Amino acid sequence: MSAGTGPDNLPWWATGVLLPVINVVLALIVSAIVILAIGEDPLGAMWTMVQGALGTSEGLGYTLYYATSLIFTALAVAVAFHGGLFNIGGEGQAYLGGLGVGLVCLAVGDMPWYLVLPLSVLGGAAFGALWGAIPGYLQAYRGSHVVITTIMFNFIASSLMVYLMVNVLIRPGQMSPESAQFDKATFLPLVQDMAAAIGIQMNPSPLNFSLFLALAACVLVWAFIWHTRWGFALRTVGANENAARYAGIDPKKVIIIAMALSGALAGLLGVNEIHGVQHRLLLNFPAGMGFTGIAVALMGRNHPAGIVPAAILFGMLYQGGTELIFDYPSISRELVVVIQGVVILFAGALEHMFRPALVRLFTPKPAGV
Amino acid sequence: MHAVTVTPAPHSAPKPAHEWAVELVGIDKRFGPVHANKDVTLRFAPASIHGLVGENGAGKSTLMSILYGFYQADSGQILVRGQEVAIKGSQDAIGLGIGMVHQHFMLVETFTVLENLLLGHEGGPLLAPAVARARKDVQALERTFGLEVPLDALVSDLPVGVQQRVEILKALYRGADVLILDEPTAVLSPPEVAQLFRILERLRAEGRTVVLITHKLKEIMAITDHVSVLRRGAVVAEFATAETNRQQLADAMVGRKANLEVEKAPAAAGPVLLAAEGVNVVDARGVTTLKNASLTVRAGEIVGVAGVAGNGQSELLGVLSGMLPFASGTLTVKGEMLTAGSPYDPADARRRGLAHVPEDRLKLAVVKEFPAAQSAILGYHAEKALGRGWRLDWKRVTAKTAELMERFDVRPRDPSLRTALFSGGNQQKLVMAREMEKEPDILLVGQPTRGVDIGAIAFIHKQLVGLRDRGKAILLISAELDEIMALSDRILVMCDGEIVGELSAAEATEGRIGSMMAGVASGEEQ
Ligand SMILES: Nc1ncnc2c1ncn2[C@@H]1O[C@H](COP(=O)(O)OP(=O)(O)O)[C@@H](O)[C@H]1O
Ligand SMILES: [Mg+2]
Repeated sequence: MSAGTGPDNLPWWATGVLLPVINVVLALIVSAIVILAIGEDPLGAMWTMVQGALGTSEGLGYTLYYATSLIFTALAVAVAFHGGLFNIGGEGQAYLGGLGVGLVCLAVGDMPWYLVLPLSVLGGAAFGALWGAIPGYLQAYRGSHVVITTIMFNFIASSLMVYLMVNVLIRPGQMSPESAQFDKATFLPLVQDMAAAIGIQMNPSPLNFSLFLALAACVLVWAFIWHTRWGFALRTVGANENAARYAGIDPKKVIIIAMALSGALAGLLGVNEIHGVQHRLLLNFPAGMGFTGIAVALMGRNHPAGIVPAAILFGMLYQGGTELIFDYPSISRELVVVIQGVVILFAGALEHMFRPALVRLFTPKPAGV
Repeated sequence: MHAVTVTPAPHSAPKPAHEWAVELVGIDKRFGPVHANKDVTLRFAPASIHGLVGENGAGKSTLMSILYGFYQADSGQILVRGQEVAIKGSQDAIGLGIGMVHQHFMLVETFTVLENLLLGHEGGPLLAPAVARARKDVQALERTFGLEVPLDALVSDLPVGVQQRVEILKALYRGADVLILDEPTAVLSPPEVAQLFRILERLRAEGRTVVLITHKLKEIMAITDHVSVLRRGAVVAEFATAETNRQQLADAMVGRKANLEVEKAPAAAGPVLLAAEGVNVVDARGVTTLKNASLTVRAGEIVGVAGVAGNGQSELLGVLSGMLPFASGTLTVKGEMLTAGSPYDPADARRRGLAHVPEDRLKLAVVKEFPAAQSAILGYHAEKALGRGWRLDWKRVTAKTAELMERFDVRPRDPSLRTALFSGGNQQKLVMAREMEKEPDILLVGQPTRGVDIGAIAFIHKQLVGLRDRGKAILLISAELDEIMALSDRILVMCDGEIVGELSAAEATEGRIGSMMAGVASGEEQ
């Protein structure tokens, strides 16, 4: 009853597993051609990426650290999507969420991390929710489309943060726009330290406790969308607003709530980045994760069970790409962005390209019935 | 079982060059497990109107789509004017002189009528000469077939009846000799139907062949020369129309004795449960779409509202169900009075024991993308019985849906099947089941049998009468006069946003209601 098959009744594993795998393989083939074109060995380069992303405990740590941020922003896209809304403002909501997290962490002094975490989660969620709810309100009551307003709100968030960091939150007597560092007691534990405590040796990486928060968010979002009355109302508004009104559901209210929830999830990126890694407020920490989250959500079919593997794949691309630049001097940062772009193109934008072919393949032949 | 009695055209039209305009021989078509057409053989005579009837899902549209090139048959032959042909797409069909008017029009709304007719026939880089040529040709066609349409009006500004004429004209302009009409009357008001039939008669007189698909047996009897009945993909009976009757056709459609009459005892009306007093609705453009509406509905009676579509019935239903705010006047729901400012929405209405089966099923009453079980709780998803606290317990929802499907004979009985994959009649039964299950004190019903086949119509009518007999108040809005007359204990007639008159069931005749619908308040027949 939960995920639901597509409009053409393909089995779930065809749409949920086979189709993404085909798309990724195709993206890799195109990437290989590009690498070949600049005169490098594609197989070697691919192997370097995989090795770099998964081959060492350090690489794996980075991959999962990126995936953590992407899970938050992709869940944000998914929640809005089920309400029929295309939230492109994950970047700005994450930015503001980080501000909320940072303010909490600066305010609490030397409180231990496990007491700070619920507060920083609340702070991040609240600031992100606000940044999502305003475009939601504007769509519900003023008819301004969220696609437009959330893009605008990304710019506003960015400008606001520059203003705050340069003029208000900057640590006195310092040139770079960064806040004071949080107290050491508040730092979220790193996974390498947690592993060490149970006797597993891991090389240093920024992967921290937020990973577990992200996985918990997946379960909660799944339960919310498919197993609560609220989720039902959300999906009804997303599928047919008129029917929702007929059912006594107020679409305006649902739109605002959906955008607030979406913003709250994006805002949790701040917990990973600010509370977990940077330990101070600074500029540009969302680093495009809000946008990549859209591709992750598309590839993961807006379902947590799809978002987790998609986020890990994109985490691998980020981390493996870094290794690639390191090992192959002729491969530049831009080329890695091209490869990431090709994957987004095939797995995200063109995700349905092979669907008709699959449908033909899966429709029983007349003679066979 | 039934005698196959197909005789060539009995009309004195221009002498046809071939015995048959189109022959479909042994057409077989499957969609996966669905056997949509089973070895169908049909022959259409030139200069005739051939009716095609059958329940929803009998395979009528599929068969005609094969003839028009939308689908390819798995096996079988198509002969046009005696020649075997291969129709690989609608271009081939058009080339062979076959035209089709779909139930959902395929017009560009932002183009004028002439531009729509020209689409795909521009014949050169410059538009002006083509437009001038088309205007001349089209005007000639209009004269020949009595098909008047304003050539320079935007399609979006035209009423459906006229849009349909544009579709017919488009097909004729492309040289259609055989014209297929798939349920053309479902969207038309009675005067528009009459107009359409005059056009079809002209087409026949000019030697063209018309294939008419409709659910309304009265229309079949009124205009066709031959009629074929499809059931579960196969032709089960063929008649010359003059030698059959509605009962015989209905029996053949459902495959058993069909019940065309509604059995009901006189009403035992109780206290007033729903009342409106001087209600006005003003739309966004400032037009008063419902004027000074007053009515009462008592326990144990069915009040029918007749009128040509678009004369305020939808607004009336909207106001009473809480979907539409009203500007002035009062509503009284089970003794409680509501004014224009009172909070009243569909959720309030349901809490007060008022249920609503809306006119537009797919737009309002179900969510096509949802499994049936989720459509079956629409509007009732807050109910305690469906799960603890915030939770929706799908086991309970599914069990509940299975029960509704059983009671209202919804087929197939599969709560996990997507709503869109049920036929119109079965979707409607699911909606009726959902709304009637709570035994509401007041039931508002809009177009309960639109696009619903004969078997399901009888079932739905029986359920409505049953609810009435259990002492509930029912307000019925329908574009079908027959339905209004068969079910109602009292009949209100609407015209131009106003309730122009009321008749008791005994006084009501088609003529009286018809003239009141046209705005003659007394209902005197002219
Ligand atoms: N494109 C399709 N794919 C699968 N099944 C179809 C398709 N079109 C029609 N059907 C099925 O074929 C049967 C006949 O449908 P149709 O020709 O539309 O019936 P009718 O027009 O007589 O109501 C139905 O069971 C319907 O569900
Ligand atoms: Mg049909």
